[in-house]
Amino acid sequence: MAAAGKSWAGHGIHWGRIATRELSTVAITIFGLLLVTFLIARVMPIDPVLAVVGDRAPADVYERARLDLGLDKPLWHQFAIYIGKVFSGDLGTSVLTAQKVTDDIKTVFPATLELATLGTLIGVLIGVPFGIIAAVYQGRWPDQIARVVGLLGYSVPVFWVGLMGLLLFYAKLGWVAGPGRISVVWQDYVTPVTGIIMLDAAMQGEWDAFWDAFSHLVLPASVLGLLSIAYMSRMTRSFMINELQQQYVIAARVKGLSEFRVVWRHALRNAIVPLVTVIALSYMHLLEGSVLTETIFAWPGLGRYLTNALLNADMNAVLGGTLVVGAVFIAVNLFSDMIGRLADPRTR
Amino acid sequence: MSDTTTARTGWHDWLITNEPASRRQARLGQTYRQWLAFRRNPAAMIGLAIVLLLLLVAAFAPLIAPHDPIAQALDQRLLPPSATYWFGTDSLGRDIFSRVVYGTRVTLVIVLLVVVTVGPIGLLIGCAAGYLGGWVDVVLMRITDVFLAFPRLVLALAFVAALGPGLENAVIAIAFTAWPPYARVARAETLVIRNADYIAAVRLQGASQWRIVWKHVVPMCMPSLIVRSTLDMAGIILTAAGLGFLGLGAQPPIPEWGAMISAGREQIFDQWWVATFPGIAICVVALGFNLLGDGLRDVMDAR
Repeated sequence: MAAAGKSWAGHGIHWGRIATRELSTVAITIFGLLLVTFLIARVMPIDPVLAVVGDRAPADVYERARLDLGLDKPLWHQFAIYIGKVFSGDLGTSVLTAQKVTDDIKTVFPATLELATLGTLIGVLIGVPFGIIAAVYQGRWPDQIARVVGLLGYSVPVFWVGLMGLLLFYAKLGWVAGPGRISVVWQDYVTPVTGIIMLDAAMQGEWDAFWDAFSHLVLPASVLGLLSIAYMSRMTRSFMINELQQQYVIAARVKGLSEFRVVWRHALRNAIVPLVTVIALSYMHLLEGSVLTETIFAWPGLGRYLTNALLNADMNAVLGGTLVVGAVFIAVNLFSDMIGRLADPRTR
Repeated sequence: MSDTTTARTGWHDWLITNEPASRRQARLGQTYRQWLAFRRNPAAMIGLAIVLLLLLVAAFAPLIAPHDPIAQALDQRLLPPSATYWFGTDSLGRDIFSRVVYGTRVTLVIVLLVVVTVGPIGLLIGCAAGYLGGWVDVVLMRITDVFLAFPRLVLALAFVAALGPGLENAVIAIAFTAWPPYARVARAETLVIRNADYIAAVRLQGASQWRIVWKHVVPMCMPSLIVRSTLDMAGIILTAAGLGFLGLGAQPPIPEWGAMISAGREQIFDQWWVATFPGIAICVVALGFNLLGDGLRDVMDAR
């Protein structure tokens, strides 16, 4: 009893320590993120002054702009200014769109979110059962099929699958709509509230627009889902194999429970905690996959914004986009870590 | 006839003996056992065959390719696959089959350059962090975490944006983004090995730290690193193809598969073959590395 009391008393301190450690890790990672993006901007062969004043500016205008940008100051000072700007929400102005990068990202981010969410959903709904079946039939043909499908998902270039999907399902079969997010006809029917078109359309009762948006979304989301299926099924398989070797599974079997109940109720429930972590990681991977997918499907999201900026040497937009993606990565990582800790008493 | 049989069983017995007479015999014997286990896995053997085929095609590309991969023939533009042009021709009248064949060289160069630079760097950082521990470990792992916090392709894109497009810069960018997992693997291995009894024994014999790390820790990390890099090659190929597709990797007229898909993008609905065949090539090669790596992991990395 005394030992139990002691461990309870130590609980609060323990949590406090974990939170401090996590927060310092996040702070250091964000600092590193800023440093890397700053250094990339510094080694750029593009003169940032020319991007502001144009290449025909007289020398004194050029010099004034250079001073305005703080380029005469030492490097560490410039870095401090950069950090200050980022934290006050200023990522600079995009040369391409002539708008603030933060505003641009606010408009494009929901589109990517929509795509990655549906992709993850597809991955979970198909990949998890796939992985469970592979674990139950370990070493036999369902496992072999799952293994090859999983490896195939790791081996296909996502932009190529997107092109092939467009060729087959849009051009040849006509099952889905082509590139873009919604047909021009429906564009003005939906007022953006959340920025996620399907959600907005449903809330406003514009069901025709809803289905049009869905038909645009389904192919790119499936392409992304394919990547997620591969990852989810592989991870699910290894978690389930681990659980099925545990003693409580033997106990449940000895008790006379049906194999179905043992697998889907008992083992799966214990595999859910690591699975949540994996789902979060898969979400991050899809964010990355969306860079190429969005290019193929002319999807007006963060990925396409980033590549467009890149091809036009729009450095503020490139760095802003990279920074935002990196920050989302850190946030998702932290979130999945916390979920894992909260849900599994053994990790506390 | 019977002589060759006995010779073979002789070798077999010599290799699988439980009482090896020399260190060399023990080492060869272990490799042989791994090969026997590897051979029983059909998927892994398919992977090995694909990778060997890739090497052969790259080595003998001039003999295999029926046409010049770069010479343009504008009167032969966008022809569908036929007996002369097996995979058809692209918008500049170049034979796509020959370009796919020469593309194996580009792919191999990228993969090898990245692995050759990234493997040792990751090994060094990981072993140093794991063996030395303390603040060295903290600093090195924080740096690793920062790089892991970026999605690989996005970071590679940002690097190429800074360095300018091109094959060499693509390799540098991919290498910059690829090393953290190697460091992680090497560190995890080192942490386990560091406390092993045989390391303590070597230390008591008076071996220097450098000798312990180099002669006793690094060799033990090698299997997981080999497995890791084989599995990683598919990812490197896909990232390189992605950069090529966006026009940031190998520049024309180099026959790089990603760039070839990008070139076929405008004609995808009318001339499907231009983008299809390079994509199949990427899939096959990436799948080959994945199958091989998966099989190697089962054999070499039993944990």
